[in-house]
Amino acid sequence: MKRKIIIGVTALNAIDSPGPGVAVIRAIRECPDFDVRIIGLSYESLEPGLYMHDLVDKTYQIPYPSAGTDSLLNRLKYIHEIENLELIIPNFDAELYNFIKLSDQLKALGIATFLPDFEQFEARDKIKLFDFGKKFDFFVPEDKIIHEFRELKKLEDEFDYPMVVKGKFYDAIIANTMDQVEKAYHKILAKWGLPIIVQEFIKGTEINIAALGDGLGNAISIIPMRKLYITDKGKAWAGITLDDETLIELARKFVTVTKWRGGCELEVMLTQDGKPYIMEVNPRFPAWIYLTAAAGQNQPAALVKMALGEKPQPYADYEVGKIFIRYSWDLITDIREFQKISGNGEL
Amino acid sequence: MRVRKNIATSDEGFIFNPTTGDSFSANTIGAEIINLLKKDLALKEVADIICDKYDVDRSLFERDLEDFTLQLKDYSILE
Repeated sequence: MKRKIIIGVTALNAIDSPGPGVAVIRAIRECPDFDVRIIGLSYESLEPGLYMHDLVDKTYQIPYPSAGTDSLLNRLKYIHEIENLELIIPNFDAELYNFIKLSDQLKALGIATFLPDFEQFEARDKIKLFDFGKKFDFFVPEDKIIHEFRELKKLEDEFDYPMVVKGKFYDAIIANTMDQVEKAYHKILAKWGLPIIVQEFIKGTEINIAALGDGLGNAISIIPMRKLYITDKGKAWAGITLDDETLIELARKFVTVTKWRGGCELEVMLTQDGKPYIMEVNPRFPAWIYLTAAAGQNQPAALVKMALGEKPQPYADYEVGKIFIRYSWDLITDIREFQKISGNGEL
Repeated sequence: MRVRKNIATSDEGFIFNPTTGDSFSANTIGAEIINLLKKDLALKEVADIICDKYDVDRSLFERDLEDFTLQLKDYSILE
């Protein structure tokens, strides 16, 4: 018998630089064990997932992360009174801090989450990645955390060009001159604020690994993927599952040493001489997470099971050479739908 | 000289390296050579079979075969 469950999911922005929400929902809906009702939690009125009524049953707007936890909690309480949420899966980096902070209060309301704790969340933070790598013996690029503009000048003494200029949540710009470093600094500063991270450039093949940890040090699933086609924003438009024990062991070690709880994505640069550099660790599922379900390891469904107290066995096999190709599709809707979400905050 | 264990090939000459995600297309004769190498034949044996089957100058073929295998090695298809 299928278990009925009501799940709130964020990041329904299935745009050119997509959030993972729609892919997470698609994977959960395909799991034969659940009969799900999906409650979309959106920030913008034009997030495409809101209008995908075969995937999302009802959507509520929620306050931006900058509004703080009180306002988020109040909104979630209101939604919970109507929908009786059993689980929330947040999928944006920028919102995770608030959801982790609220996890106990949500639990008291009867809403489960399956997130890393603050210590795990902070350990893999871009700002601390270098120290994290040193502590646990991972290859990580050298970096410098920049808090003010004048610090940029000193970078030339420490790094060769190109350098990678990164925002604390998103964005990475490769800069080949100091002029480009400064421009990248201002561009990222305007969008994401300080600090800014400047990283050593590592040449190699870009690999991403989706992993799911049970919070006790066990990896329930690990799927490595190589980007086959990359957009101008560096996002994968196509990718293929790989069979590489080095990459799987790397992710397993990450999950073990951090006792990672929930989904995560390791962004890895595999150098010509085979060194897997961890460039970044995203503390949530990636936008290509549906590929894990397509390859035989449904990570979002396994997360739902763990959040509900089950103990799924770690997956053993997956299909190698499984490819995803993202595509654009013009979804047609009506002004009345747009009016509902932008006027009432519900759709 | 061996083809790596997990390399997938098709009769049409499509080659897929599941470790790196790279894929390649070989022409008919390239596909035939790879299939022979997959049977763990030595390069001399490959040359014997191809030169028996086709009207080809042996020394010219051996040079081409060496170039081809170097390429395969470069792409991590051969060990």
